Amino acid sequence: MRFAYFALRLIAATCLWISAALAYEIEDHQYYAATPEVSVLRIISTADRGVFEPIIEAFQASNAGISVDYTIVSATDLMQAIYTEGASFDLAISSAMDLQTKLANDGYAQSYVPQRAASLPDWAIWRNQLFAFTQEPAVMVVSDKYFKEGEAPKTRDALIALLRENPETFRGRIGTYDVRRSGFGYLMATQDSRTSETFWRLTEVMGRLDAQLYCCSGDMIADVASGKLALAYNVLGSYAASELAHTDGFHIVELTDFVNVMLRTILIPSNARNVSDAQTMVDFLISLRSRADLVQASGLPPIDTGALRDNPALRPIRFGPGLLVFLDQLKESKFLRSWENSIVQETP
Amino acid sequence: MTRPTSIRRRLFYQLAIVAAVLSLAFVMVVRGVASRAAEGTQDDILAASATAIADSLSSEQGEVTLELPYSALSMLGTINEDRVFYRVTVEGETLTGYPDLPVSNLPTRIDTPAFSTEFYRGDEVRLSSILRRVSNTATGSRVVVTVAQTRSGLAAITQRITITATGVGLLFFLLATTLSLLAANSALRPLRRMTGAVTRRGPSDLRPVTAETPAELAPLVDALNSFMARLRSSLSRTEDLITEAAHRVRTPLATVRTQAEVTHRKLNKPEHKQAIRDMIRAIDESSRSAGQILDHAMVTFRADSLALDPLDLVALTTETCDRLAPTADLKDIAFVRRLPAGPVTFKGDGIMLQAALHNILDNAIKYSPEDSDITIRIDVSSDIKLSIEDQGWGFGDADLTSLTNRYSRGSNVGDVVGSGLGLTIADEVARAHGGTLELSHSMEGQGACVSLILPYV
Repeated sequence: MRFAYFALRLIAATCLWISAALAYEIEDHQYYAATPEVSVLRIISTADRGVFEPIIEAFQASNAGISVDYTIVSATDLMQAIYTEGASFDLAISSAMDLQTKLANDGYAQSYVPQRAASLPDWAIWRNQLFAFTQEPAVMVVSDKYFKEGEAPKTRDALIALLRENPETFRGRIGTYDVRRSGFGYLMATQDSRTSETFWRLTEVMGRLDAQLYCCSGDMIADVASGKLALAYNVLGSYAASELAHTDGFHIVELTDFVNVMLRTILIPSNARNVSDAQTMVDFLISLRSRADLVQASGLPPIDTGALRDNPALRPIRFGPGLLVFLDQLKESKFLRSWENSIVQETP
Repeated sequence: MTRPTSIRRRLFYQLAIVAAVLSLAFVMVVRGVASRAAEGTQDDILAASATAIADSLSSEQGEVTLELPYSALSMLGTINEDRVFYRVTVEGETLTGYPDLPVSNLPTRIDTPAFSTEFYRGDEVRLSSILRRVSNTATGSRVVVTVAQTRSGLAAITQRITITATGVGLLFFLLATTLSLLAANSALRPLRRMTGAVTRRGPSDLRPVTAETPAELAPLVDALNSFMARLRSSLSRTEDLITEAAHRVRTPLATVRTQAEVTHRKLNKPEHKQAIRDMIRAIDESSRSAGQILDHAMVTFRADSLALDPLDLVALTTETCDRLAPTADLKDIAFVRRLPAGPVTFKGDGIMLQAALHNILDNAIKYSPEDSDITIRIDVSSDIKLSIEDQGWGFGDADLTSLTNRYSRGSNVGDVVGSGLGLTIADEVARAHGGTLELSHSMEGQGACVSLILPYV
C-alpha cells in the first residue's frame, strides 16, 4: 500500500517534471534540504547559484526546517513558466523588472506588507506585490590591455567619438548584450533608448564595428578580462564587481552621463502554495542591507538611497505601467527590428 | 408614571438631532462630491492616455501600426499603483494589447472618449476608449484605443476622504451639540431667574413678580401675578376674619360676663344666684373655646407658610408667663421658671410658638389645684426641650397619644371647662417647626408634664 502510494507520487512527480521541462528551460536546479524538513520553499530565480547560495544558507540558518528548492531559469523563461504555463512556485526572483511588473500588473502576484516595509524607499516597492532588494547599475567593463585606469571614456558621447576615431582598434572587440536573448539586456537597451538618443548612435557605431553579442554578463566579463574584447557595454555591475575580486585584466567604468540602475525584484506568485515561508523570505531579502556578510558573500548590492543621493547619474528604473510599454508586441518587434538593423550589419 | 418632561432636555435633544442630520448630510455630500471628483480625475487621465496612444497611430505599407508611447502608460502610474491594461483594435481585430479586455461602450464619434466600468482579471476596472480613423486604405480603418485601470487607488482616495469627512462631521456634531447645550441653557436662563426670584421669597411675600421676563413667559407671569393677587386678597380676608371673629366674639361675651356679675351681686335669691353663676361659667367656656378655635385656625393658617424668624425662646417664654401670671395669681399658683441665663435662639414663628405656650400654660393653670407650682423649664441638648410641669391630677389613665387629637379631652377632667383644642394647637405648632409634643406624667406625684421638643438648629 505504502509502496503503491510512493510509486504513484513518483510517477506523478516525474510527469510533472517532464511536462515542466518540456515547456521552459531550466538552467540549473538545486535542492537545499533542511533537517528536519518542515516545509519546502520553491523559488524560481534568475540569480546564479554562486550568487544566491549564501543567502539561502543564511536564510535556512535563521529559519530552521525550511528546505529550499531553487530553480534557475532565464528571465524570459521565468515569465514563460509563470505567465504562460501557470507553473507553481512560492517565490519568483528576477532581474527583469519589466517582466516582473507585467506579472504583477496582470494579476500573477499576491500582495504582502513586509514587516519592514517602512524602511524601503517608495520606489523599491510596487503595489505591495513587487519588492526590490538590490540596486544593480549597468556599467561598462574595459580591458586593462586597451585602457589604463582612468583613460576610458566617461560618457557615451566620448565613447562614440573614441570608437569612430579608432575603428581598426575596436573592430570586433566590443561586446554587448544580445537583447533578443537576454531579458536584462533588453531592459537596459530599452531604458537607454528612452533616456537618450545617444543609444541609437552608439548601437549604430557598435554595429559598424562588428560588435560581439552575448547572452550573459559572465562571458562578456571573461572575454574582456582575457583581452579578447576591449570593452563591454551594459554589463551587470554586480557581477562585474564580484568577478573583479578574483579576476585581473579589466576594470569597471561607471559612465557619468547616466547609469541605469536595475532593481532585482521578488514577488510571490498568486498560485504560491507555501505563502508563509515565501513571506518570511521576502522579509529576509528586504533586510539584506543590514547583513554586510551576505552582501559580501553574494555580491548583490542592497538598496541604498544614500548612493543614489551621492551620484546623481544613477537612475533607478521606476516601477509602474510604463515598463509594460516595451513588452507590447508591436513595440517590442519594432524595437528589435531597429536594433537588429543597427547592430547586425553585414560587413562589406 | 412618566418622568416630568424637561424643556432643556427636549431642546437639547432636538438640536442634537438636527446637528446629527446636518453632519450626516455633510459627510454624504463631501463623500459624493469627492469621489465624483476622484473618478473624474481618473477618467481624465485615462482619456489622456488613450489620446496619447491614438496620436501615435500610423499606417505603414497599408497596415495600421502603433508606436506605443512610454508616457501613455507611465502617466497612469504617477498618481497610484493601479494595474493598467490597454487594447488597440483595428476594425474589431486586436492589433496589440490585451485581446480579452472587454470593451462594452464603444465610442461612436471620433476623438470623443467613451467610458465604462468592467470587471477584468479579478478587479473592477475603469475603461476609456477613443475612436480614430487611420488612412491605411482608401476608406481608412476604424481604430479603437482602450486604456483601462483598476480602481484601488480611487477606493483609497475615497476612503481617505470619507475618513476625513467623517472626522470633520463628527467634530461638527460634537461642537453643535455643545453649542446646543449652551443655547438650551441660555434660552432657559430667564425661566431659571424667575424661578429663583419666586423661590427666594418669604412665605408671606405675595407681591407680583417684577423680574424681567421674556415675551414668551409674560402670559405665565401675568397669570401667576393675578393668581397671587387673588391669593393675597383671600389670605388677607381669612386673616381679617380670624381677627374680626376674635374681636366680635370676645367683646360681647366680656360685656355679657360683666353684666352677669353685676346682676349676680344684685340678686338675693340663691337659686337665681346659682343660675347666674352657671351662666358665667358657660360664658367663660364659650370665651375660652372661641379663643382656642381661633388660635387653632391661626396656627393652621400660619403653618402653611411658616415664617422662620430668628427669635429667643427664653424671652418668648418669659413674656408668655408674664402675660398669664395674673390668671395664675387668682388661684395662688406660682410659676417656677427654670430658664437658661442666656438666650436660646431658634428660627420659627413667634406668634405660633406663643400660642402653643399660652395654651399649654393655660391648661396647666386650669387643671392645677389652688396654691400649687407650675414649673417651666428649657433644656438644650441635641434638641430644645421646653417643658411645663404642674401638680394637678395629671392625665389619669388616658391614652397619651390620643390627647392631642382635636376635641379630645382627658377622662379625668371632671367639671373643668375646656374645648380639647389646647394640646392640639401645641402639637400642630411643634410639628410645623419639625418638632414633637411630648406628654408624660410628672416626675413627682400625679401632675402632668407637657414638653415642646424643637430641633436645635
